[in-house]
Amino acid sequence: MADLFSLWVGALLINNFVLVWFLGLCPFMGASTRLDNALAMGAATCFVLVLSAASSYLVYHYLLVPFGLTSFRIIAFILVVAFLVQLTELYVRHAHPLIHQTLGAYLPLVTSNCAVLGVALIALREQLGFIETLIYAFGAALGFWLVLLLFAAIRRQLEGADVPARFAGVPIALITAGFMSLAFMGFSGMGQ
Amino acid sequence: MTEALTTLTRGVVRENPVWVQMLGLCPAMAVTTSVANGLGLAIATLFVLVGSNVVASAIPIPERARLPALVFIIASFTTTIVLILEAFAFTLYERIALYVQIIVTNCVILARADGYARNNPPHRALLDALGVGLGFAIALLALSALREVLGSGTLFAGMEHLFGEMAQDWEVRVLPEGARFPLALLPPGAFLIAGLAVAALTPIKRV
Repeated sequence: MADLFSLWVGALLINNFVLVWFLGLCPFMGASTRLDNALAMGAATCFVLVLSAASSYLVYHYLLVPFGLTSFRIIAFILVVAFLVQLTELYVRHAHPLIHQTLGAYLPLVTSNCAVLGVALIALREQLGFIETLIYAFGAALGFWLVLLLFAAIRRQLEGADVPARFAGVPIALITAGFMSLAFMGFSGMGQ
Repeated sequence: MTEALTTLTRGVVRENPVWVQMLGLCPAMAVTTSVANGLGLAIATLFVLVGSNVVASAIPIPERARLPALVFIIASFTTTIVLILEAFAFTLYERIALYVQIIVTNCVILARADGYARNNPPHRALLDALGVGLGFAIALLALSALREVLGSGTLFAGMEHLFGEMAQDWEVRVLPEGARFPLALLPPGAFLIAGLAVAALTPIKRV
């Protein structure tokens, strides 16, 4: 139990996917200009990320390993992710049209979020079990959502700030992310 | 001829994937702790980019199934480069393994394959891919050279993992022993240096 908790906190804060592994930077930069966008993007990513980590685990251990196809894991995993994104989109569109209005535009983008594939690959490399993979993916997904929201909130403040012309836009966003990363390094004393 | 040259250079300067379009940032920040790592990933990305763009332009892809088809092509080339690196540059591969496998989700490649290669003949797609790949490589090399000099005080350390025996003594010490700035190697340093670099390059972008 304590192991699972430290795994979860590790993925959430200590080895934060965006600020330490640099995974999922594109949506981190792209979807953080408005707070409600960040909320929707984070929700869509969280859902697909946990689902795809679990499915990738099952596909790898019950399909690729028995047939000796482990070299094709990248193709298999990315197809799993693309398939799940399509499936989720279909389901949400028909079952929850209201949610689809807010999330619809963000779901397809999740396919090209490297954090989604990254979690599946890291879970594989660390030889995590099924439950551990789920917990790890859940922590990573929440970590992504957390920093996305924090970053979106900071960027809203930045809009009103008097930034030197040369730094306006992307440069100041990168530097802000740098300081957030610095702050998150403080968590590294928490364990492991 | 000039047209071919424009196709080639467009990706290097005016549409540089990392500095101008802010695409492919994840690997650009993650592996650039040394020139050897940066170059390794740049070569791998160039391989996947060129291979998948030429294939995407050579075979007809139905409009409805274009995303799965393109992703499949890119994933195949990524798997190929992973196997090649595992066989010939294992020490280097181990250090950047995750990010080599992540090439498959590199937005630069999908964007070029979908936005350019699919609607252009193979030789144009090849030039375009080479240009964008070189632009990506130059951005990666610049960032990694900066970070390696600041962070470790050396340049070209560990190149033997990429080029074999002959690169044994390529390591150059730029800063005196002990004069180093470890933050440059840590994640925050990557963000800060990238932010300063983009700020410094801003005028180029507006041309």
